[in-house]
Amino acid sequence: MKNSEIVKISGLVKKFPMAGGFFTALDKIDLTFGEGEFAGFVGPSGSGKTTMLNIIGSLDTPSEGNAIVLDNDINQLSSHKAALLRRKHLGFIFQTYNLLPVYTVFENVEFPLLLLRMSASQRKKAVLDALEWVGLSDKVKSRPAQLSGGECQRVAIARAMVKKPLLVLADEPTANLDSDNSHHILKTMEKLNKDLLTTFIFATHDDKVIRYLRRKISLRDGKVTADEIVKN
Amino acid sequence: MMLSIKLAYRNLVGAGLRTWLNVFVLSFVYVLIIWHYGVIDGWNYQAKKDMREWEVGNGQYWQQNYDPYDYFTLEESHAIIPESFNIGITGGNIAPVLINQGSVYPDGRIKSMILKGIDPDQKVIALPTAALKAESEEMPVIMGRRMAKSCKLKEGDVTTIRWRDVNGTFDAKEVEVVDIFDCDVPNVDAGQIWLSIEDLREMMQAPGEATLLILGEESEIKEDIPGWEYKDLDFLMSEMDEMIKIKRIGGGFLYLVLIILAMLAIFDTQVLSIFRRQKEIGTYIAMGMTRNQVVSLFTVEGAMHAILAVIVGAVYGIPFFLWQMKVGFSMPAGTDDMGLAIAETIFPVYGIGLILVTVLLVLIITTIVSYMPARKISKMNPTEAIKGKIQ
Repeated sequence: MKNSEIVKISGLVKKFPMAGGFFTALDKIDLTFGEGEFAGFVGPSGSGKTTMLNIIGSLDTPSEGNAIVLDNDINQLSSHKAALLRRKHLGFIFQTYNLLPVYTVFENVEFPLLLLRMSASQRKKAVLDALEWVGLSDKVKSRPAQLSGGECQRVAIARAMVKKPLLVLADEPTANLDSDNSHHILKTMEKLNKDLLTTFIFATHDDKVIRYLRRKISLRDGKVTADEIVKN
Repeated sequence: MMLSIKLAYRNLVGAGLRTWLNVFVLSFVYVLIIWHYGVIDGWNYQAKKDMREWEVGNGQYWQQNYDPYDYFTLEESHAIIPESFNIGITGGNIAPVLINQGSVYPDGRIKSMILKGIDPDQKVIALPTAALKAESEEMPVIMGRRMAKSCKLKEGDVTTIRWRDVNGTFDAKEVEVVDIFDCDVPNVDAGQIWLSIEDLREMMQAPGEATLLILGEESEIKEDIPGWEYKDLDFLMSEMDEMIKIKRIGGGFLYLVLIILAMLAIFDTQVLSIFRRQKEIGTYIAMGMTRNQVVSLFTVEGAMHAILAVIVGAVYGIPFFLWQMKVGFSMPAGTDDMGLAIAETIFPVYGIGLILVTVLLVLIITTIVSYMPARKISKMNPTEAIKGKIQ
């Protein structure tokens, strides 16, 4: 794999046991993602977008084929090594934000840095920087329940970006947001992608997100039907 | 582990009322267990002290036929005091006691009782025998509060007593109650009348005899003497030790019930947490926590309830313990009749060992109880957990 290649997927098949048989969620996928890409899997519900992100994020494993993420073969990773890969190099953004409800905004964003055992002063600086990127410097002491949906997702972005990961996986990040908030968040992610060269891979069927993508991979029934570079 | 502790603390404090409810239940368990055992230890300490001061002294010699549980042998269980005890008796280190069976007739009723003769000048036990030297037209006697209550007698009352002398002949006499003493040792009170040993010897026609000899602190004779058996403190207190042991076993049952209740609360909270916090668990895993770290986090969270409970328990428990040590715990009415030395008020004694063992035991059990449901996390599918799907 070339250095600029972050993810390389070849012959990937994912099957789930279902009613006495198997449901094929992903079927013979071959893909490569390079450093700094702003790409997304697009397609209707059930097309395999989230499953694809889960495998790239080492939360799941392929049934057949290979997924190499940052030189790590997902099939060969122990759960411990997969956790280390996520901890050091991957960031996740979820449709439902998945913020820790009892933590403040600061503590939520700080969480990945605690896992990396950074010093308190380093953590503080990194968290405040991340909150500044997403425009939430004035909400450090708020709890998720006190924030709007857009603010929650911005906290989730800050949490995903605070450790400056090489790859961010965002699953339907705007599904629960209105148009203004969606654009704000997408612009924030686009800026972070450009400033930090972080690779973003989305799973979405939201047109607002699709308009921001520079690479659009269409999935239907677990198969790649199109892989196109979008020129904005 | 430090990370788990830090995160567990954040989670617990963040969870607010749910945490503090569990913590309060656990702290109540700590306080109740420590207090309950403190009362038993305080009773043990007080009872043994009172028994030594009022009844058994520093050991006793029993006439070989004496059996405190068989009143019918009392007529056979007295003898001339051996000469080897004379120095101790005259020096005030040994108090001879002569015991006989008799009856008392308060207000025309008949009541069986034990007559105990003792030297009015003795200082070996705390019994206020000096009162037996009172000037009185009738023979002076003293009795304890319990006996006076059951006979409905008060100081200054004259009543009739009846007994049998060494020849088996019944005789009777009027006696005056010159003092009613307050004592926590039923064995020197309930069913007993104390009088001068010389009076009783005369009544029984048993000059120079005694049933038992109570040894003082400075008495050094410890071996059996022909016709007399030495009874050490272990023997004399064995009944009390047994009773305390039984009380401790009963207390252990309470201990167990309390711990089970508290553990059920913790277990329930943990099981609910694992279900309710699936999304959170999935998020932890997505952010790079290993499954063991998540299991450890939930286990530490559970165990931390026990640690916070120590702090909360100390906040209200220490003032409560100190207050109890000062004012004591009033025993319920009726405990007088148990036949054991029980003060009306018991002052709890709290040992550091009891506190440490209780804290450690609750902490260990809480950790185990927290770990059991937390193990389920290691079998969770993270992709389902992230969505909050119940597994």
